[in-house]
Amino acid sequence: MIDPVLGSRLQFALTTIVHIVFPVMSMGLAPFLIYFTWKDIRGDDPVYEQLRKFWTKIFAISFVVGTVTGIVLEFEFGTNFAAFSTAAGELFGGPLAVEGMMAFMLEATFLGIFVFGRKRVSDRLYMISAIAVGLGTWLSAVWILIANSWMQTPRGYELATENGQTVVHLVDPIAAYLNPRFGFMFVHMQNAAVESVALFMAGVAAYYVYRHHVWGYPVEHVEFWERTLKIALVALLITAPLQVLQGDLYARHVYETQPQKFAAMEAVWDTEAYVPEYIFAIPTDLSQLTDPRAKELFGLGIPGGASWLASGGDPTAEIRGLNSFDSEAPPVAIVFWSFRAMVGMGFWFILLAFWGGYRWYTGELFEDGLLHKAFMGSSLLGILAVELGWVVTEVGRQPWVIQGILETSDGVSPGLTGTEAAITLAGFVGVYAAILALYTYVVARIIRAGPPGGEELESTPDPQNDGDTSPAGVTGDD
Amino acid sequence: MTSVETLAAGPLFGLPLPELWFALVFAMLGTFLFLDGFDFGAGAIFATLDDGEARETVLSAIGPFWDGNEVWLVVFGGALFAAFPSVYANLFSRHYLLMFGILGALILRGLAPEMYEQRHDDRWQRWWGRSFVAGSVLAPFLLGAFAGNWLAGSPRSFTLVGVVVGITVTVLTVVSGAAFLRLKAQGALPGSVRRIGIGAVAAYLLSVVATLGVLAVRLPAGVDALLTAPVIGLVVASIALAGGYVVALRRGANLAALVAAAGLTYGLTAVVAVIMYPSVDPAANLAVADAIVSTLPLNLMSIGAALLLPLVATYFVVLYSAFSGPISAEEAY
Repeated sequence: MIDPVLGSRLQFALTTIVHIVFPVMSMGLAPFLIYFTWKDIRGDDPVYEQLRKFWTKIFAISFVVGTVTGIVLEFEFGTNFAAFSTAAGELFGGPLAVEGMMAFMLEATFLGIFVFGRKRVSDRLYMISAIAVGLGTWLSAVWILIANSWMQTPRGYELATENGQTVVHLVDPIAAYLNPRFGFMFVHMQNAAVESVALFMAGVAAYYVYRHHVWGYPVEHVEFWERTLKIALVALLITAPLQVLQGDLYARHVYETQPQKFAAMEAVWDTEAYVPEYIFAIPTDLSQLTDPRAKELFGLGIPGGASWLASGGDPTAEIRGLNSFDSEAPPVAIVFWSFRAMVGMGFWFILLAFWGGYRWYTGELFEDGLLHKAFMGSSLLGILAVELGWVVTEVGRQPWVIQGILETSDGVSPGLTGTEAAITLAGFVGVYAAILALYTYVVARIIRAGPPGGEELESTPDPQNDGDTSPAGVTGDD
Repeated sequence: MTSVETLAAGPLFGLPLPELWFALVFAMLGTFLFLDGFDFGAGAIFATLDDGEARETVLSAIGPFWDGNEVWLVVFGGALFAAFPSVYANLFSRHYLLMFGILGALILRGLAPEMYEQRHDDRWQRWWGRSFVAGSVLAPFLLGAFAGNWLAGSPRSFTLVGVVVGITVTVLTVVSGAAFLRLKAQGALPGSVRRIGIGAVAAYLLSVVATLGVLAVRLPAGVDALLTAPVIGLVVASIALAGGYVVALRRGANLAALVAAAGLTYGLTAVVAVIMYPSVDPAANLAVADAIVSTLPLNLMSIGAALLLPLVATYFVVLYSAFSGPISAEEAY
């Protein structure tokens, strides 16, 4: 059977990697839905009712799948990482409990009103529900990231040995929970969620806009998709540059507080000055190609780039190498490549935003077919970038589950057997593949069905918007 | 730092915080078993309905509520983690497969109604209907088994105590579910729902007797653990509540029946807590006083809970009053 330590690590990695997709969707959609609800209630334009209803459907399914996959994570700390939970429960359990009471309760109750209750409650309570749901999703992130940031850069604690085990005691709650790392993580994560959803919205809308304007097929409610594209583009123009600028500060903070992780991100083995920012690196000995900790690397890069990044402008700055740490290095290749792919995509999103913004300015936003294809191709890349960012964060801090205090392998439940670990890991592979497939299927169906129209709306949309602008001579295929 | 020192010096206002958190953790578990219990029970009753319209009515009735109800399980887990970290770690890792069984059942129960509504062909709805029923029945059964093993201090996941408590909890969810459906779907569901509720409450009393019998044999303290004033009082109160439930359901006082079901659920949870105390994890030999987290985090958590739980209660009041009165099958999104 499988080694219970490896099984637990793989299972936690799998369950978090799948789970994070759904909070990204719900947290990213939250500000859009608050805006759509506000505009709909004010009665500015019937398209906002369509926008609210359509994106609420996707929000609701994301939220439900996020709930059922999220409960798994909370329980896994106890089932698979009992030694960690005993050691760190005093600092780690509190934020989780508060997350449940402060955030999850808020979102899950008002979600009922927000999704099912439009006809039952006043405009005012409906608006409050939209804000409560959105606020709840973001507050969830606050507490989860408070807990996570403490594991990355622990502060405000004292170590003790109880029953032969190292245990962490809380001594300074303000230092522990108002961790500087939390600020970096929260801004990076929330902005990433909005950016990912903006890319998703733009990609879907671009498909319909392309179909209508470039191919010339009639598309129902084309005005809805045009508006979606524009709103998504505005969000992208704000979030894409911010993400890269703030990410730069965040990377410097990692260099200062988790030098081992930073060295893995840049694949720096020996402490050196004037370290290049490798764009590309492979092991010089090809037999080491599959070794994530291969040390002899050949790389192409910008001279002094990594030093410049770490120090905030000095290309000659010294970077501490992985060989200088007592603990084993994280799997460097995974961290190195995930970081590069994420950063690369971050720059691509800026380019995409500016390209779209320029076409909007020249009045060709709906005519540039190549731009539409670029949006379509990028619709899921935001979520991919979030995944890779978390890989950098979580794989990059290995072997530590609590940086410098407890190694991940020492945090696994002592009584766990290989058979148990194998059974649940296999179960999760199957169940989570099915969940992802079902979620994709449902979201695709919602998108294919398009926004609600006609009798499904309380207000009647302007008939001129209903796709009658298609060129003459082209008959609809659906 | 003086405020932190004060918070670390001793329990807030000299309150018996370890005992209060022990009670609070069980109160959260009880709230989950009641609130999500009627969703589970509705899922079990769903199995007895063939008519598509009636099935839609059941799904619409729980639609706005179940997600919020399920969060009580998250809060229970979080509170246990924060207040008794070693118990959380021991208990959950000890019942490893059982915990994942519970999570699997909850995944099935959560996804099934969403999927059911997505397509309107028979085959699709039949399968998701079955999944919904399976999740709704398995989740309370496995949760009951977990609670039973916890109480009996069994290191194993599958025990006789677990099975009888599992059946007891499952039957109890049907009791709550019948009252809830009568309340929320007045007229839209057949009269069989009422008969199911009355049958379930009778079955519940029988399974409580069976549970007490098994516990008398299996608990280290034997019958003495059960022959205490609080346990006897709670059992007597349960019999009275069961009678009240039947009368209320017959008269159409469905809200009163639901309140009686709530009383039964909290009563059952209280019996478990009373028998277990002063231990909080008999298998690991952990007493409440030893397993409780240190004073500083305990005080912080207590302040947090005192501020947040009244707010949480408000959210539920707002939600349930927004959807007061019957819910029709059309109220799906």
